[in-house]
Amino acid sequence: MHNFELVKPTTIADAVQALSGEDAQPLGGGQTLIPTMKQRLAAPARLVSTLGIAEMQGVCTDDHGRICIGGATTHASVTAETASTFPGLSGLAAKIGDPAVRNRGTIGGSVANNDPAACYPAACLATGATIVTDKREIAADDFFQGMFATPLEEGELITEIKFPVPQASNYQKFEQPASRFALVGVFVARFGDGVRVGVTGASEDGVFRWSAAEEALSGNFSAEAVSGLSLPAEGMIGDLHGSPDYRAHLVKVLTGRAVTAAS
Amino acid sequence: MPKDSGIGASTKRREDVRFLTGRGRYTDDINLRGQAYVHFLRSDVAHGTLKGVDTSAAEAMPGVIRIFTGADFEGVGGLPCGWQITDRQGNPMQEPPHPVLAQGKVRHVGDPIAAVVADSFEEARDAAEAIEVDIEELPAVVDMKAALADGAPKVHDDLSSNLCYDWGFVEDNRQAVDDAIKGAHHVTTLELVNQRLAPNAMEPRVAIGDYAGHNDESTLYTTSQNPHVIRLLMGAFVLGIPEHKLRVIAPDVGGGFGSKIFHYAEEAFCTFAAKQLKRPVKWTSTRTEAFMSDAQGRDHVTKVELALDAEGNFLAYRTDTLANMGAYLSTFSTSVPTWLHGTLAAGNYKTPLIYVNVKAVFTNTVPVDAYRGAGRPEATYQLERVIDKAAREMGIDPVELRRRNFITEFPYATPVAVEYDTGDYAATLDKALEIADWDSFDKRAEESAKKGLWRGRGINTYIEACGIAPSALVGQLGARAGLYESATVRVNATGGLVVMTGSHSHGQGHETAFPQVIAEMIGIDANMVEIVHGDTANTPMGMGTYGSRSIAVGGSAMVRATEKIIAKAKKIAAHLMEASDADIELKDGAFTVAGTDKSVAWGDVTLAAYVPHNYPLEDIEPGLEETAFYDPSNFTYPAGAYICEVEVDPETGKVTVDRFAAADDFGNVINPMIVEGQVHGGLAQGLGQALLENCVYDENGQLLSATYMDYAMPRADDLPSYRVDHSCQTPCTHNPLGVKGCGEAGAIGSPPAVVNAVVDALQRGGKDITHIDMPLSPGRVWAAMNV
Repeated sequence: MHNFELVKPTTIADAVQALSGEDAQPLGGGQTLIPTMKQRLAAPARLVSTLGIAEMQGVCTDDHGRICIGGATTHASVTAETASTFPGLSGLAAKIGDPAVRNRGTIGGSVANNDPAACYPAACLATGATIVTDKREIAADDFFQGMFATPLEEGELITEIKFPVPQASNYQKFEQPASRFALVGVFVARFGDGVRVGVTGASEDGVFRWSAAEEALSGNFSAEAVSGLSLPAEGMIGDLHGSPDYRAHLVKVLTGRAVTAAS
Repeated sequence: MPKDSGIGASTKRREDVRFLTGRGRYTDDINLRGQAYVHFLRSDVAHGTLKGVDTSAAEAMPGVIRIFTGADFEGVGGLPCGWQITDRQGNPMQEPPHPVLAQGKVRHVGDPIAAVVADSFEEARDAAEAIEVDIEELPAVVDMKAALADGAPKVHDDLSSNLCYDWGFVEDNRQAVDDAIKGAHHVTTLELVNQRLAPNAMEPRVAIGDYAGHNDESTLYTTSQNPHVIRLLMGAFVLGIPEHKLRVIAPDVGGGFGSKIFHYAEEAFCTFAAKQLKRPVKWTSTRTEAFMSDAQGRDHVTKVELALDAEGNFLAYRTDTLANMGAYLSTFSTSVPTWLHGTLAAGNYKTPLIYVNVKAVFTNTVPVDAYRGAGRPEATYQLERVIDKAAREMGIDPVELRRRNFITEFPYATPVAVEYDTGDYAATLDKALEIADWDSFDKRAEESAKKGLWRGRGINTYIEACGIAPSALVGQLGARAGLYESATVRVNATGGLVVMTGSHSHGQGHETAFPQVIAEMIGIDANMVEIVHGDTANTPMGMGTYGSRSIAVGGSAMVRATEKIIAKAKKIAAHLMEASDADIELKDGAFTVAGTDKSVAWGDVTLAAYVPHNYPLEDIEPGLEETAFYDPSNFTYPAGAYICEVEVDPETGKVTVDRFAAADDFGNVINPMIVEGQVHGGLAQGLGQALLENCVYDENGQLLSATYMDYAMPRADDLPSYRVDHSCQTPCTHNPLGVKGCGEAGAIGSPPAVVNAVVDALQRGGKDITHIDMPLSPGRVWAAMNV
């Protein structure tokens, strides 16, 4: 690891100020960034920790009934604090990594990184969440632009994520045997006006919505509604752990299982 | 009441107190005054010509002491191979040089090109990034068949090809086996891959070289299973240091599984550099380096043929194997696919005709060597998979087919040159069926079906060979080492004992189990015995710990030395009691004269030995210290039966091991708890191989599974709660303890049981699948179901 400066602001304003320096990067729980730095694949000059910023911590409900989660809230806190209000999300957070990861890693860090096998992006897309930064609000549909790609600008900080709460939802994660990231993960969310399906781990373009399934499920919210569908393998990830065909197949299986679990 | 000490007691492991409280002393815990740190710049291409290494910019970096390259090792020896194989034509194997740092070419990703020694680890790493390496990349050979093709790029330009050797065993059987297979009622054929594994000891390798100018003595601290072997190999073959000027210390060692048997370049480098720089030089491997530099395991591709008559009697068995050596010959690499593999081809069965062919191949990959089981897992996997397939093809129950062909009379000379001294394969099979609840399988299968899962069961019987020996034989077979073990037993004046053993624990629990033997022999508390190991300066020349040999060979040496101690102590006791030494008996820590009430305590005799006021000085010397070297007359042959039950999710291909039963015959057992722990660990590694682990290179020789993000290690929740039994005991007939060895059994016996179970589940689910190569990951199982 190369040397770096660590700044620990207590307000968003101070954090944004600190991030304006050259080669500065926000640091949540460090569950991705620190290993990357230890491998010398990243060498930021300054890390700005979000963990001491009180206004980025915790879960609340806004006037529109949305669950609002501070960007520096750990996965363990999300699990605990949404268990009764948004069990689909709570269940997702409970399956991320291991206890050490869940007690360090933050939702803002995960979403900002947009790892193609991360869990949260599937929930963001499937609920039509809003990603709030120090500068603006970005709809989830506009935020996830492909593997590790987001519209975040240099020094821009995710301060909060707002989730519309579905009537029913469930996340099914099929673990990659080594990393236990999602080989495929599917978040199904049923709202009064329709169903949304967010899929992570599967596509070379990162997290995506499976629109054919959304359409079918909006008419008939049952596993049978997707059993006749097929997702093309083209564009799916192929690696040591699964072929594109296998991932496309898993998307369908897991979507069905998520619907059954949510029903 | 179970015993609480002595042989057969489940004494808790005394070493665990320090291991579990963070007070173990591992090599990386050692820091010497003035120590410098080395970072190795390693090749990031698999094959290339090394045209230039420019270290000038790096040398000017802060903290840099010196940068070494291959040029610094010209005239220095290379890493030796410890076993010469003779091929089918009677010619010696092709044996390329293995320099400490690459010279002329790089041959695998991770091949060390330069070594930066600096005041700190980070400075060494920083400077390594400033070294400019000019490599002209060459096409890599990764696939073994491609490596043997005409015109394939050569890993070693000076060799005639990438073929290390073409070995036949037993060559005289070749024609008879061919004929028997041609004329047989039924022949079952199977092609399979025993995939490459990375060893993944919890403690990465570490080496610290130190040099004392005042007496010209070099010391190497290293993570080794066998410090004397390293002293001999490094001193004699690499650095030219006589053994009396070289000390090798391996303190606590955190797992090895074979990977810490071998002599590695980093050990030689640190010892060499410390003398050059007159400073201690330390290297600590990162996990990523371990994936690129620890010798890997397995990597066999095999075609198997089993010929049977109409009743299912085995008539002949033939295997053709390509065995990957990697880019260089690691210390014992050449013996693994040959003598540690071919000799076990008979398994538990009385097959009359057997022929094993092995072609060992150089490729642009990390060297391959012994890994838990070493050759025996490969032999077992081939045989037990093809038997299962034959049973299905012939419509014979797989348990019955095995039983029908079991060896039942001992000693039994196999057609592959070994003689099994003892065993009872039906007993372990029956025990396994019992503890696995074999008969109530159908009920469990119904329960699984209700959950939408397919249940299957697989059986495997195995034999293994431990404590490879005798030295005279292995010498004839090409070993460049003896395979005895040593022990010095030193009795102190007040009665306590210290055993200096050539065996060395890397987690096995010798400090607990070895004293139990002496406690039993003398009748004293095991806490009166201390074990010293792992330091060439205070232990007799020993061969170390691998191949499940420690209690069978090292323990036997300790018994022999203790017998000498007791014989001498009896003479002292006879003198003290004015009796004939033939009448002296030792029991419960006291010497008595047979038929009288005369008695002297153990401590009275030991005190007399060192304070010889009343002592037979005219007959024997004072003191009570004896050394024994034990060279076994044969291997030991543990055997057993393993049964695995799995559930397969037909929608996703995911395999869950629901239960696993292991019934082993380890002969006499010193500490049942330790034995059970060894079986548990072996099963975890075997299940890891069967379901999860896979070391994969792409066609350019890049290691795709170079971190735990892609190399899947077994975790607790991947494993069931095992049912383990070792009550079937046929003691070894040729060592004094009647012990056999238990360290590798779990890893040898479990992969075929798992694969047999998965194939069974798929067959029961209506899929005509006869084989899937390991690891049986969900993606592979699903792909097999959906071709």
